[in-house]
Amino acid sequence: MKQSKWMSVLVIACLVVLSITTLAPFLWMILTSLKPLQEVEQSSILPSAANPGNYSEVFQQVNFSRYYANSVFIAAWVTLLTLLTSSLAAFSFARLKWSGRDSLFKLYLATMMIPGVVTMIPNYTIMVKLHLLDSFTGLIVPASFSAFGTFLLRQFMLTIPPALDEAAYIDGATPWQIFAEVALPLSRPGLITLAVFTFMGNYGSFFWPLVIVKSDQLRTLPIGLMYFDSMYGRTTNLLMAASVMSIVPPALLFILLQKHLVKGIQLGAVKG
Amino acid sequence: MKVSRKTAILFLLPNLLGFLVFTFGPVFFSLGASLTDWNLQEPGQTSFVGLANFAELLLDKKFWLYFVNTVYFLLGMPFAIAGSLFLAVLLNQKIKGMVAYRTLLYLPSFTSGVALMILWKALYNPTFGPINQFLLATSRVLHLPMDVPQWLLSTKNILGLEPEKLGMTGTQFGIGARDALILMGIWMSIGGSNMLLYLAALTNVPEDLTEAAQLDGASRWQCFRAVTWPSLAPTTFFIITMGLIGGLQGGFEQARVMTGGGPAGSTTTLAYHIYSKAFEEFRIGYASAVAWILFAIVFAVTLAHWKFGSREATDL
Repeated sequence: MKQSKWMSVLVIACLVVLSITTLAPFLWMILTSLKPLQEVEQSSILPSAANPGNYSEVFQQVNFSRYYANSVFIAAWVTLLTLLTSSLAAFSFARLKWSGRDSLFKLYLATMMIPGVVTMIPNYTIMVKLHLLDSFTGLIVPASFSAFGTFLLRQFMLTIPPALDEAAYIDGATPWQIFAEVALPLSRPGLITLAVFTFMGNYGSFFWPLVIVKSDQLRTLPIGLMYFDSMYGRTTNLLMAASVMSIVPPALLFILLQKHLVKGIQLGAVKG
Repeated sequence: MKVSRKTAILFLLPNLLGFLVFTFGPVFFSLGASLTDWNLQEPGQTSFVGLANFAELLLDKKFWLYFVNTVYFLLGMPFAIAGSLFLAVLLNQKIKGMVAYRTLLYLPSFTSGVALMILWKALYNPTFGPINQFLLATSRVLHLPMDVPQWLLSTKNILGLEPEKLGMTGTQFGIGARDALILMGIWMSIGGSNMLLYLAALTNVPEDLTEAAQLDGASRWQCFRAVTWPSLAPTTFFIITMGLIGGLQGGFEQARVMTGGGPAGSTTTLAYHIYSKAFEEFRIGYASAVAWILFAIVFAVTLAHWKFGSREATDL
């Protein structure tokens, strides 16, 4: 459709206004993280002098590097396990023919509607029984089986032309070889999308760590931030420094990978 | 390819095991628990109580208040969805720097979570928060006296719902904690996945259709109403379904991090209510009953939406 000149100006103007609305809170967060506390309360816009000392102060007040390490460690393990379990199951649902497959798949889909709080309580009591409260295992294992991930990778594997694995099958390849050498490489975009979203979801995961973690040693970033906020809630400048530090890695990750991710989201309708 | 069931199940097994232990089993386990008075602080004293938990919650005024709160938070959804569509239409106009805008607008939803909620708590601070500072500065420039909202500290709301009571009153009319959380939610989600889904759907709208409509003299708006909007119906349907499922069980993180469920319980949703019953009062049985009611609500709403919404989606 042809674009009149004033129309494009209007479009750009709207986008600029909305971008400023999106960015302003982030900008305020960064500026506040550099202010001494009294300037926060005076609501000055710019800090009188940049005060990067707030950032090192955070590490002195709480075990922030530990929270970082925990979040990354847990998210990495969950991502690895989820990719493994989901891709195997997706291959079975998408590329193998066996009786009962479609009804089981529908059951998988239906469970995606169950509210997290319904399964959360029994899972908590399972962890109590297995003495896995306050442990990395208790944080990692229950998060590593994703019906959604299975669904997403199945959608990707369905798009692989059947001729490819049929040919390999006739040449005598086992299903395991076809999985590893045909299906996995061809599902790369799906695997990347699932990996990033699983990683991000668990890096920022709140509910499960909140009920499982008891000791400071096991706190993840979101839990650590929450306690930091409830203990030092008045030191807005330090809180903002901590918040900046926890969102910079995911923001960079997104900017670097955005091309892959946008495609993956649009194909698989990822909740973000 | 056709394989034996044994091979197929072997592929499935790791995921299936987790599914059985952490999803399928717990669903039934939780249904059973909802019929007991199980309390983690009184081990060994659990007994079967039938439907007593359900009777208790249906007679509990708090349950209904929190149900109203949960529904109130859904009021933001149409605005968030319309906003996402508006952004997608803007980005679809073949402009320079589209990728840069798209990346920037997606950032709040990608980084959402505790850090951003702590940020918004500070933004909403009634005295030194930048939002009220901005409102005050605007009112000074325009010479309009203004009572700035108290945001997270206020029980006021745009429907005038009374605090701790089922009813409405003129004195509660205004902007308060619930509205603050809704506005934050719109800011976080407007440039997110819904926008990307609309953007993908817009590129699939057949161009000859819109061009034919233009040749017939349709205005831009008519063209959007008659051609674009109907062809987006499946996407809209999907977005509303996911929004309802997510929205009805939402509000937990906001309540835990930003408001503690207050003031006067006004930001406590059913999800947060279940959390406090289970993990603060340790009433596992009762919390399971509330969780099942929430499940039933989600299920009924989704089903109704499918039944009535999908007919519309295909009719258009």
